[in-house]
This record gives sequence, structure tokens and C-alpha cells, in this order.
Amino acid sequence: MTTWPILSVTTFLPLVGALIVYLSRGDDEAAKRNSRWIALWTTLITFAVSVILVMRFDPANADFQFVEKAAWLATGITYHMGVDGISLPLVILTTAVMPFCIIASWKAITNRVREYMMAFLILETLMIGTFSALDLVLFYLFFEGGLIPMFLIIGVWGGPRRVYASFKFFLYTLLGSVLMLLAIMALYWNGGTTDIPTLMHTAVPRSLQTWAWLAFFASFAVKMPMWPVHTWLPDAHVEAPTAGSVVLAAILLKMGGYGFLRFSLPMFPLASHDFAPLVFTMSAIAIIYTSLVALMQEDMKKLIAYSSVAHMGFVTMGIFAGTMQGVAGGVFQMISHGIVSGALFLCVGVVYDRLHTREIAAYGGLVNRMPLYALTFMIFTMANVGLPGTSGFVGEFMTLLGTFKVSIPTAFFATFGVILSAGYALWLYRKVVFGALVKPSLASMKDLTLRECVTLFPMIALTILFGIYPKPVLDMSAASVQQLVNNYNTAVTAVKAAALLH
Amino acid sequence: MSFTTAGYQLAPVLPELVLAIGAMALLMLGAYRGQGTTSTVTTIAVLLLIVVGVLEYTLPAGKQVTFGGSFIVDDFARFMKILALIGSAVTLILSTEFLADASRRIFEYAILVLLSTLGMMVLISAGDLISLYLGLELMSLALYVVAASNRDNAKSTEAGLKYFVLGALSSGMLLYGSSLVYGFTGTVSFTGIATAATISNTGLVFGLVFLLAGLCFKVSAVPFHMWTPDVYEGAPTPVTAFFASAPKVAALAVFTRVTLTAFPGIVSQWQQILVFVAIASMALGSFAAIGQSNIKRLMAYSSIGHMGFALVGLASGTVEGAQGVLMYIVIYVAMTLGSFSIILAMKRNGQAVEQISDFAGLSRTNPLLAFMFAMLLFSLAGVPPLAGFFAKWYVFVAAIKANLFTLAVIGVLSSVVGAYYYLAIVKTMYFDEPAGQVDPVRVEVKTVLAVFGLFNILFALFAGPVVSVASAAAKSLF
Repeated sequence: MTTWPILSVTTFLPLVGALIVYLSRGDDEAAKRNSRWIALWTTLITFAVSVILVMRFDPANADFQFVEKAAWLATGITYHMGVDGISLPLVILTTAVMPFCIIASWKAITNRVREYMMAFLILETLMIGTFSALDLVLFYLFFEGGLIPMFLIIGVWGGPRRVYASFKFFLYTLLGSVLMLLAIMALYWNGGTTDIPTLMHTAVPRSLQTWAWLAFFASFAVKMPMWPVHTWLPDAHVEAPTAGSVVLAAILLKMGGYGFLRFSLPMFPLASHDFAPLVFTMSAIAIIYTSLVALMQEDMKKLIAYSSVAHMGFVTMGIFAGTMQGVAGGVFQMISHGIVSGALFLCVGVVYDRLHTREIAAYGGLVNRMPLYALTFMIFTMANVGLPGTSGFVGEFMTLLGTFKVSIPTAFFATFGVILSAGYALWLYRKVVFGALVKPSLASMKDLTLRECVTLFPMIALTILFGIYPKPVLDMSAASVQQLVNNYNTAVTAVKAAALLH
Repeated sequence: MSFTTAGYQLAPVLPELVLAIGAMALLMLGAYRGQGTTSTVTTIAVLLLIVVGVLEYTLPAGKQVTFGGSFIVDDFARFMKILALIGSAVTLILSTEFLADASRRIFEYAILVLLSTLGMMVLISAGDLISLYLGLELMSLALYVVAASNRDNAKSTEAGLKYFVLGALSSGMLLYGSSLVYGFTGTVSFTGIATAATISNTGLVFGLVFLLAGLCFKVSAVPFHMWTPDVYEGAPTPVTAFFASAPKVAALAVFTRVTLTAFPGIVSQWQQILVFVAIASMALGSFAAIGQSNIKRLMAYSSIGHMGFALVGLASGTVEGAQGVLMYIVIYVAMTLGSFSIILAMKRNGQAVEQISDFAGLSRTNPLLAFMFAMLLFSLAGVPPLAGFFAKWYVFVAAIKANLFTLAVIGVLSSVVGAYYYLAIVKTMYFDEPAGQVDPVRVEVKTVLAVFGLFNILFALFAGPVVSVASAAAKSLF
């Protein structure tokens, strides 16, 4: 077996692509076409390389694989990369979604194409890096660095209120993250290193656990986003260009969940246990409240954005249940939501490109002109609702099951979310697709083009495949999740036993 | 007594001697040959600074003390001196265009910068209060004149005068503090003070407070920052770039040396002062900059805030804190010189433009310039993976270790507030419609920008060696 640094190659390939795009000078049509193709090929090659990761990945091994380590800042702060069963699915999700984003921007973005493609490629590097960094400082570098390209994507290529949305996005996220940075420093002095695998096995004093947990929570809750710090998300989603919304929903939101799984649970198990009721409450409120808010929306993207917050509520609930089903369901729900919400934003993009409005009221009766679109949109709507047979069902069911064992009231209230999501999703679908086609502006709507089919059909396949046969994702993450849950339960029961002895 | 006897060697001061003699020689050249020699004098001055930098670098390693303990050359001094020399040399290079104007062909400019740099070097190496004051005044007097170097411009002369009056006041406070310290310890040497100051006595603390007030003025920390925005705005832009870089290095260096080597026994006394000053500077720097429309004024508030961050490291009073200060100042100087080279590059029809609104749409009229500036701004805001993040990391990590949690939390929160106004400039450049073409950028400005812009973007790649050098320099103080 060769020993080339496959993970670093996956991470930094898009950056190389961005450099090539930069070097392909010019501002005419040919240059624009070139940068589109370079970006597409870069993302495709990156995806191909990440497929090698999957093939060489040993699902039975719960530890980090493809580990790379090199000296960096000082002893204790190193360049350390690696993936396990929790991060690999997210890496693949990232590399898989990016080509679709590039294709979705093919016609929609016509000005400053070169910069646009560079921003996306740099963002891809930073996202993959976030999921594969095994050093806290390195993680923070990638995690925060992603703000810069996303800020520009929303601000330069966004809608009318782009300035407000981009500032809100940036400052909100930064505010959460700087507190995490201080917690990272505290962990550094506690363990003498920022190496994640080492810190996972370093005992953290109880008081530090509480503070560090809260600081990490501040960052990840904003990123996730959890109620009540979710307000940046609808704005960012509405103003971002289609591909920006896709990346935001499919990948950036997952960083919060990933952070909980990678840091909060393994490093601060006791604090996680203490704060679990808080997370449960916030998740249940998020699920019900944002679902109700979604019912009131007049903008398609805003509706999907609020539904994302509700779905992320299932993820946080499952993760902090600390049970095998809950955590595995959380991981699965993240992947499923990544595909489904990404596809839903693409669906919105399809009609937005034609009519340049996202007002639900501007549409109606699209099924008459766009049968293929109606079918596609239907499948993703159903997946969003969580209909059995789609991937959405598996994640929601597993997280509910996992939570039920720990907190029946939470599971009880969260289940309402399933009903409510059927409410808003079907309502949206009916308003947009069904009914008579009376609006004159819609009369000339064309059905899906080949380019749009290329982006949407693979996602349909995945949604249904994972709905019927979720095993590939679950198997990939099983060993790592099992280890995580075991360590968590050991730590919690040890403290309980100690408390009983006294 | 011969000067070659132990304790009075000239070898450690060789770079300073070369610089002093070189500056005098250039003064003669200019005085006898007239203003036509301006460009020659400036070029030689840059070369002289480079030579002095190399001499400094080649000095034997380890700590050397001369002139009976009043002049110290250690790793810390070498590090700071080389940084100050780089700052001076780069600003001289950036001044070429300013000096090329027929009405401003003043050869004294370069000589004043050289003399000021000499003052900085003495200041950085100061081992007692006398050489501290000597270096500080040599540095400052030259700076006052340089601030007013655009003498037909009312704003520039106003800046010079304002700087002089307030600077004189701060020197007075520093001297008063020094006399109190001398009075209560019976010595002016830092090591002597350190021995005497182990037991806390009120008079000494009084002196310390005045001493710190004088130093705070030089690094423009709140509440002694009032001069900064006016001087930054009024002084010619290359001069502002100079003010923002080299003198800050020297002042911060002596600040660090005085607190850590002269008063290590009474850390708790000066720590609370520094915590207050740091918090006030960070907060004021962040909030007051929001309302600014002039980019130089904004940079002034930004520098106040950055000095606050640097003092966070110093406030921890540990070797990590000193390392944090060193890392911060290196990165700060690079970011500042990069930013000022962009401000210098911004010209329309031969006229320098200084309003933030003039940057509108720069990403379309000059994409590379806009990109470099955006990266510098993100870096100033402390966003990773740019250099500014590492600067903040090292000062805050020291504060956390010293259990200064309140300071750290307020610090990072004010950095978020600060991020707002940096973002606002990025927004102007990237989101707004172009305000018109900008003139082609001069080659020397372009070079400076390329060097510091790339340093800023790629810092993560070579951070390791910088960290180890800074760490060694910090250890030499303890």
C-alpha cells in the first residue's frame, strides 16, 4: 500500500484548483467558461480521491485512519490529520456536494465567475479540513477560515439584503467561535497539547469541563444553528446564491453537529451529561417553534431554512441522548439532511433561475408545465417530511428512538415536529406545484434542463437508496460511534458510582 | 580607565555606532551638497539600515552588557532591533514618492528617520532609566520633526506640534516616575530596581505608575492615546506608516523590558494597571473606529486596539506573555506596513485618496490590491488562517495561563466588535459599485505590499520558526 498523504491531498486539491483558476486570467466569455470547467474538474477529481478514502477505510476500526502528522507551531500543536467513522461520511458529503454546487452555478452566475469559483474551491478546502483536522488549532483554522469565502459569496453574489445577511452571518459565527478559542487555550494548558486524540483521553477537571463545554457550545450552537441563536440562518440562506445556500445547508451546518460529536461528548462527558436536559429543551423548542415559523413563511428559501433548524434539532437531540441509536441517528440525519436540504435549495434555484423570485405566492400549478420538476420536488419534499422509504425517515426515527430511552418528554414533543414538517412541506408543495396554472408569468416555464437533471437525479437516487438501505452510512460510522458512546457512558457511570460511594 | 576594560566594550554597540556615524556623514553630505541629494541620501540611508540590521544579526549570541549595565544586548533586543530596522527601512522605501515631489525635497527626512531609529535601538537595549530616557528622547524628538515634515500643510504642522506638546508632557511624567523610582530604590539600573523592589513600598508604586503612564503614551494605549488619531491623520502617509511601525516596536520592547526585568517582584502592582489599560485600549480601539470615515484615522484607532491586544500578553507577566508580545508585534508590523502600502497606493489622478468610500468597488478596478487589502483586514480582525490570528492566539494563550479570564473574554469580544469595521472596508471594496479607476501602483509600493501581503497570507506555513525565535527571545528576558 502506498503511503501518499491521501487526506491532505483531498483537503488541498481544491486549493490548487483555486490557484489554477486564478492563473487563468481574463474576463471574457472564454475565461469564464475556463474557470467553470477548471472548478468542475477540480471538484470531481477531489471527489474521486475521496472515494479512494472510502475504499481504503476500515469500518471495523474505531480509531483515526489515514493519519498524518507533521511538526507545525510548537510541541503540542502539530499538523495532525485523520478521519474516523464520524468524520469520513461528512468529508464524502462535502466532496460529493461540491460538484453539484459548481454545476448549479453554471448559468446562474455570470459576473465575476473567476472569483466565485475560487471562493467555492477555497471553501471546499476549508470544509474538508475542518472535518479531518485532528489538532484543535488546525481545526479552528479551517473552521473559522471558512467564514471568509462564505462572507464574500453571500455579499458579492447575494440578493438585495446581502450586506446585512453577510455581516450577520460573519459576526454571529465569529462571536460564538472566539469563546471556543479561549476554551481551546484552556484545554491546551490543561493537557499540554491541542492534539485531539490525546485530549480525548486526557481527564479534564469538572469545573473546566463545564466552562469549556459552554464555550464550545456557544460556537457550535450558533453554527448548527440551535434555537434561539438561529436567526442568522434564514437571512443568510435567503440572500445567498443558490449554490451558497446548498453549501450552507448541506455542509456548514454539519460542522456544529460534528463539533458536538468530536469535542463536547468525548472531551467533556460529564458536562455533556449535566447539560443534556438543556440541549433537549432547546432541541424540542427548536423542532416545534421553527416548524411553526416555517408554516408562516412567504419565501421558499426561508421556509426551507427554518425547516433546517428543526431538522438540526433532531440531530442535537440524538447526539446528546448519548445512546447508540441516538448518536448513529444523528450522524445519519446529518448526511441525509445534507443531501435533502441541498437538493431542496437546488429545486428552489431551478424556479428562481426562471422567474427570479422566491415568493411562494408567485408560483402555482407548475405541475402542468414542469412534470419532471414536480416529481423531483415531490421526492425531496417527502424526504424532508421524513416519509418512510426516504433517507429523512431513517435519521428522524433513529434519533427519536435513541432519545426515547433517555428522555420520554423530549421524544414526545419532538415527534410533533414530524407532523408539523408534513404540514409546512406539503403546504409549500401544494402552493408551488399544484393548482391551476393561472399566473401568466408561469406560462412559459420550461421543465428541467439536462444540466439540472444531472444535479438533481443523483440526489434522488441517494435519498431513496439511503431510505431503503441505510447500511453503508451506518456501517461506516458504527465502530466509531460505538466507541464514542461507550467512553461517554463509562465516564458518566463512573461519576455516578463515585457519587453513590460517598 | 580604558574603554576596552571589562564592562565597557564597544563591540555590542557596534551597530549603533555605525548607524550614528552613518547618519552624521549623510547629514554632512546633505548639508554641503543641498536638497538635490535627497534621493541619494534616502537610498544610502536604506542601505545603512540594512547594513546595521546585518551587523545586529551577526553579533555573537547570548547576553552582553556594556557601559556598566546601561546597555544590554540579548536575544530579545536583537529581535526587536531587527524588527524596528525593518520597519524604518520599509517606511523609507515607501517615502520615495513623497520625497520626489519638488516642494518636499528634504534630505533631512531620511536622516531624522535614521536618528530616530538610533534612539529606538538605544531604547530597546536600555538597561537603566538613564539610557531609557536618552533613547526615548532621541527617538521622539526626531519623530516630532518628521510629523511636521510637510511644512506647508497646516494639518501636518498641527500634527507635529500636537505630538510634541503631548509627547513632552508624557516625557515629563516618565521622568517624574523615574525620579521617584530612583528615590525609593537608590538605583537607576533595572537589575538594581528589581532587587530593591521585591518588598512593595508605596513610593515605588507611585513612581511605577508615572513610568507606565509615560510608556503608555508612547505605545498609544488608552487613556494616553488622544494624540494618535490626529497625528496619524495629519502626518504625511509615509510618516504615519513609520509612526505605526518602528516606534511602536521600540516602545513596546522597552515597556516589556521595564516591567519584566525591573519590577518582577511586584507583578501584582503593575498587572492590574496593564489589565485596565489593555481592556480600555481594546474596547476604545474597537468602538471608536466604527464611526471613522478616514482610513488613516481608522488605522489610528485600529493601532490603539492592537496595542491593547499586545499588552494582554504583557499583562500576564510570564515568559509566555513576553513571547506573545513578540509574536504580536512582528505580525502587527507586517500587517501595518502592508496596509499602509495599500493606503499609499490608493491614488486617483495623482491625488492620494484617504476616505474609506474611495475604496468602493476596488475589487473590480484593481482586484489584486483589493484582495491583498481584504486579507490584511481579515488578518487585522484576527480571522484564521491569516497571520493576525496567530498574533491573537499567542497573547490570549498567555493570558489564559495566567488565569486572566476576564481580560481574555473582554479581549476576544472586543475583537469581534473590531471585526465589524474591518468587514465594513471589505464590504466597501467588494460589495459596492466602483468609485472610479485608481492610478497604477508604483513599483516600490507594489514590492512592499507583495512581501508583507504574502507574509500575512502564508504565515501559517512558516509560523513554526518564527515561534521558536520569539520563544528564545522571550526567554532571554527571564
